[in-house]
Amino acid sequence: MRTGWPAASMVAVSLLQVVGVLVGGPLLVGLMRTVRCRLEGRAGPPVRQPLLDLRKLARRERTTSDETSWIFPLAPLVLVGSTVVVAAIAPLLATDPAYGWSADLFAVVFLLLLGSVALALGALDSGTAFGGMGASRAMTIGALSEPALLVVILALSVPAHSSNLPAIVTRSLAHPLWLATPERLLALVAFVIVIVAESGRLPVDNPSTHLELTMIHEAMVLEYSGTDLALIKLGESMRLAVLMALFADLFVPWGVASAPGPIHLVVGLATTVAKVAALGVGLAIFEVTVAKLRLFRVPELLAGAFALSVLAVLSALVVA
Amino acid sequence: MSLPAKLPEDLRPVGHHRVAATVQGGDLKDLAASLFADGMRLALVSGHDDGASIRTVYLFTGGPPDSRVELHVPVDRSRPQVPSLAGLSFPASRFERELSDLFGIEPVDHPQPRRLVLHQHWPEGWHPMRYGSGDVPPMVVDAGSFPFVPVDGTGVYEIPVGPVHAGLIEPGHFRFWVVGETILRMKARLWFVHKGIERLCEGKDVAAGLEIAERISGDTAVGHGLAYCLAVEDARRTQVPEDAQLVRSALLELERLYNHVADIGSLCNDVGFGLAQAWALTLREHLLRLNRAVTGHRLLRGGVVPGGARVLRLPSEDELGEIEQRFEELVELITSSALVMERFTGTAILDEAHARDLGVIGVVGRASGRTFDARITHPLADLRDGFSPTVHSGGDVMARFCVRVDEVRASLSLMVDLIRRSDALDAVTWIEDRSGVQPSEGGVGIAEGWRGAVVHRVELDEEDRLVRVKVVDPSFLNWPALPVCLTDTIVPDFPLANKSFNLSYAGNDL
Repeated sequence: MRTGWPAASMVAVSLLQVVGVLVGGPLLVGLMRTVRCRLEGRAGPPVRQPLLDLRKLARRERTTSDETSWIFPLAPLVLVGSTVVVAAIAPLLATDPAYGWSADLFAVVFLLLLGSVALALGALDSGTAFGGMGASRAMTIGALSEPALLVVILALSVPAHSSNLPAIVTRSLAHPLWLATPERLLALVAFVIVIVAESGRLPVDNPSTHLELTMIHEAMVLEYSGTDLALIKLGESMRLAVLMALFADLFVPWGVASAPGPIHLVVGLATTVAKVAALGVGLAIFEVTVAKLRLFRVPELLAGAFALSVLAVLSALVVA
Repeated sequence: MSLPAKLPEDLRPVGHHRVAATVQGGDLKDLAASLFADGMRLALVSGHDDGASIRTVYLFTGGPPDSRVELHVPVDRSRPQVPSLAGLSFPASRFERELSDLFGIEPVDHPQPRRLVLHQHWPEGWHPMRYGSGDVPPMVVDAGSFPFVPVDGTGVYEIPVGPVHAGLIEPGHFRFWVVGETILRMKARLWFVHKGIERLCEGKDVAAGLEIAERISGDTAVGHGLAYCLAVEDARRTQVPEDAQLVRSALLELERLYNHVADIGSLCNDVGFGLAQAWALTLREHLLRLNRAVTGHRLLRGGVVPGGARVLRLPSEDELGEIEQRFEELVELITSSALVMERFTGTAILDEAHARDLGVIGVVGRASGRTFDARITHPLADLRDGFSPTVHSGGDVMARFCVRVDEVRASLSLMVDLIRRSDALDAVTWIEDRSGVQPSEGGVGIAEGWRGAVVHRVELDEEDRLVRVKVVDPSFLNWPALPVCLTDTIVPDFPLANKSFNLSYAGNDL
């Protein structure tokens, strides 16, 4: 357990992170859409459109099927709740948020995946063919991407001798050369693939399709409406933002505040926002250039990610 | 092509490359078999309620050279029956089911004597195309049920989709039986958009009929409009000047261009390659604006008129050159994406044997090695060397994509040729000689619309009013092929397979 920062400062960091992710997540999605539209030669909606959509959905009536149980309305809450917890404890802006000692990389990553499981259960609970189909596809992909993620985490924790996120970030800041090691680069590629798969982006899933039969993630949320749908949309965008911020933490940590104080915090906020925005733009550009993989090719992509992560661990062990 | 020797003595020439004979029901099967053996296809079956009697008209077409044979079969009003040709031709089995629903003419020995057009809430014994069928009756519950063949087995589950879909697409219900992601069986249920178009045409004058024909399927205004006009001209024995036929051919190609470009974009969109879709949509918009400059209407309505064509101007060679350049850039963008090519290749294969047996025509047929193209078989005008049909044999989404790409190229070069040969913009001429023409001889029009051959058969009375219009959109013949090509296809590839067919619901269900 690390002590050194005043409690008020740690709470301030956590609060700022949560608020930042709540607002920043939808804006990130809006930014990525805008980039995509511009590259395709279209004007596109304003960047804040996802926030406006959330407001619109929140005002709408919730309609649920008679067939559903208590799991169905619970799933969106679990998705948003687990993401908020991660946003509070992960060192996104500063190395010492409140309860930072609990921000173990394993815990953080699997908290994020808890949302996926909740959504899959909610989809199954709706009892529709699409819900079951989407849940089955999402779990297939999850079952393949999560081992890769586990091994990536292992590779990243070897040099720091800890899987505690603040510890990894602090050590990375102290030893910038670590970031150019082969295991980092291999882990980086694997991590990107996992982010793409887990957040349902191209080439694994197409978030903007209207074709029910091709959907993975969207098929799971077809039955949701009103505030439930607003929560799901919010949760998804928050998760994307958190995943990208984690990525930035692990691979380009500069700027994360390593000392308490408003100035450090402002710098941390500015750099994190800039890094996440840059990653979002990069991912959007990548998405424009690729098409969706055939569903049965997705396992091959994820197997590639797994192979890279194994190589990263081997490399880390050899170097260590 | 020589006509089969078995045809009856009273075979008489009735219109454009067309002969007709009245035959008794008992002779129908043998005659049809000999016509099929000569390589002709059943293009249309039309019921006619002539008041005192009922008649069925079978139109067989073949070529080149263009040849059309009509068999008129009188049907007993008290016991309306025809022998079923389902054993000889799959399209015949569908035409007969349509006939049975709309006219109450029973196909004897039909292997699947179920309803096709009428959904189960229409009462038994009500046949809307009969005279005196009266007003639309109140709906009943499940008069003729629609049984889906159940598929059993471990892990088999059912996915119902539609008729209301997430996008702006026409209504169709698809039911999949699936193990994992692999489709075991798919059943398409259509006919949600019956508008009574053929009945609507009855009693209208020729001009009003054209307005209806252009709206049968909004994206095939020229295809249907032209087939209708050709049928009317055939019924009136009008000679249309060649200049007008050249302009009509150009309009047909303009329609093909904007639809194929849109399809190519949609195929890319369905595999998540939005960039190509955006490019294709801009090119489509460019083409629609050109259409407006040419005919005054973005969907080319009003360009084809009975007796000729009426356009404001023709596209220039420069304009076509610019379109070609932009199109080649689009194709380059798509074909350079390995992911897109991988998704297209080997997906939803319709092999030639199935395509032949099902009587598949048009783009889908030509992607499965079927060479039929009405521009060659039933030419409007001499297209000279400027045109040869595109045929691919793969039968997969890739082949259907390639047929569209090659047809756009062929259309562009054909149009350059056409506009060089024709400068008659307002070419409407009437040359008629209607002495001795019987109204029941009617007229037949065949045009290669962008989906495939559109066939209209029209009968006019002495005052030039429409007595009967029968329409066959290529979608009617091609829909049954879609479930067949899904063998070994996975569920998430279905939308791509469906888009590569891109059949019309409105044209299928009149």
